Amino acid sequence: MNVIEVKELRKEFKSYSSRSGLSGAFRDLFTRNYKVLRAVDDISLQVKQGEMVGYIGENGAGKSTTIKMLTGILTPTGGEVRVNGMNPHKEREKFVQTIGVVFGQRSQLWWDIAVQESFRLLKKVYRVSDEDYETHMKEVIETLEIEPLLDKPVRKLSLGQRMRCELAAALIHNPPLLFLDEPTIGLDVLVKMKIREFLKKINQKYKTTILLTTHDLADIEALCDRVVLLDEGKIIYDGRLDQLQKNWVEGKEVRFEFQHPVELGSLEMVSSQFDVKWRQGERSHQWIAMVDGDDDTVSKLMSQVMLNHSITDVKINHVSTEEIIRNIYEEGMSHG
Amino acid sequence: MGNFSVYVEMIRIRFLMMLAYRTNYYSGILIYSINIGAYYFLWQAIYGSQESIEGMSVTQMTTYIAVAWMARAFYFNNIDREIAQEIQEGKVAIEMIRPYNYLGIKTMQGLGEGLFRLLFFSVPGMVIIGLAFPIDFSNSITVWLLFIVSIIFSFIVNTQLNLLTGILTFFLLYNTGLIRGKRVVIDLFSGLLLPISFYPMWAQDIMGFLPFQAISYIPSMIFTEGFTGAEIYSALGIQLFWCFFLIIPIQLLWVIAKRQLIVQGG
Repeated sequence: MNVIEVKELRKEFKSYSSRSGLSGAFRDLFTRNYKVLRAVDDISLQVKQGEMVGYIGENGAGKSTTIKMLTGILTPTGGEVRVNGMNPHKEREKFVQTIGVVFGQRSQLWWDIAVQESFRLLKKVYRVSDEDYETHMKEVIETLEIEPLLDKPVRKLSLGQRMRCELAAALIHNPPLLFLDEPTIGLDVLVKMKIREFLKKINQKYKTTILLTTHDLADIEALCDRVVLLDEGKIIYDGRLDQLQKNWVEGKEVRFEFQHPVELGSLEMVSSQFDVKWRQGERSHQWIAMVDGDDDTVSKLMSQVMLNHSITDVKINHVSTEEIIRNIYEEGMSHG
Repeated sequence: MGNFSVYVEMIRIRFLMMLAYRTNYYSGILIYSINIGAYYFLWQAIYGSQESIEGMSVTQMTTYIAVAWMARAFYFNNIDREIAQEIQEGKVAIEMIRPYNYLGIKTMQGLGEGLFRLLFFSVPGMVIIGLAFPIDFSNSITVWLLFIVSIIFSFIVNTQLNLLTGILTFFLLYNTGLIRGKRVVIDLFSGLLLPISFYPMWAQDIMGFLPFQAISYIPSMIFTEGFTGAEIYSALGIQLFWCFFLIIPIQLLWVIAKRQLIVQGG
């Protein structure tokens, strides 16, 4: 069953621009120049129940706009949206009962009152029975370790503490579908891990479908089998994460630390027989080679390089997802 | 709608929030006392040795001022500013993912705020003022009941005007000026500062077509027994009319606003 069904979804915004100078400002009083910007450009997407989908893209690629349309906050300019079998905007009040949303950048708890008061209110808002609340929330509170925070007002919580409470708040009604818009933004590694563990757990236990946007690809790697890559409002990749890695890199990345600074020219000369791209690391001694080929080629390249330049350290990496995605944005999708 | 306990819960939450900001509460008491005191002495000076002006005695006038300010504590709320702020900061997005009627919830928050001030502020305040100034409390239960009905209508009309101003933020994006202007207009034209019967005839005629007198003038006149008999019922009728009439522009604007909602700040 498809939980999310989106066909040719589109959202356009009018973007006003100001004329320059004083006379321009006067003219702006009467007529204003505007351009129509297409934030989301004919997106089609299906998500099945129980999937965890990573929705990634650069800033301004249209991720948040899509999420806002899927949650019924924004009206689409065109296209069809059905989420949980409903039209989010038309049947808003009934629809939002079936979803949970966390916006990393804004709080949905009441700022001035204790966390448990917010929970109590949300319990009423979502009409959760006492028994359901007891059994479900007790577990959520335990797993997220927020028991000691419950009697504190939200404004006194740290970001990590608040985020865990936000997550719990979004799950009060145990929704079958969860939207997370940058849930780990600004959090330390420990809190991130805790949140990831928790998301995995509820996904397994309740078959909760999760759509996640993030700039931290480690989140995606830890959680999502499937990624949807967005660029300028269009989907440029939709598929398995490991497939993306496979399509993109057959080779490996070798990181050399030389004893002395080395010129690119001399490295290229040494490695001319291999299919290799060199890139400077963070320091002048550091060079990174992207090798196309099997393990044999890699070791041959390494011995060739080490014969000519003395090194202090060498490391073989798989190309990271971050690297792949950076490449996709820089060079386009043609490669894959 | 139809989820009554949410609305009750919302009132409770607002109580908690008011208690979280005690300083606001204390400074509110001070400001209201200063206002009532200042107007009391002002009117004392204006009346001088005159027995009555425009059919109102000086005691009636003092009572009018005191009651008008105390009623204001109940009907006045900040939901216009809150709605504007929520729209400007993009928090309205969070409100849209909740299974409730945003305007209904806002009204309940306003009611929570009003009830809090009525119980912890107006009632004790009225007792103190009753001791300090010569105020004429009616001993007729009917007057009290009619007054209660009337300030409920005041609350509704004032809240509706607040909702309307708040929703306009969707279109103006920045409307602090409008909100301030609206407050001045309400204080002036509602009869809070000056009973409507003191205005020149032409101004009274214009005000007759505006909803503002339903906010302060009518309940204060009922309480001071400036209105009697059929006058009371036609005054309540005017209030009731505005309660229903104002629903139309609110719903209209709200439907349009939701359609073209732009969430600020991504």
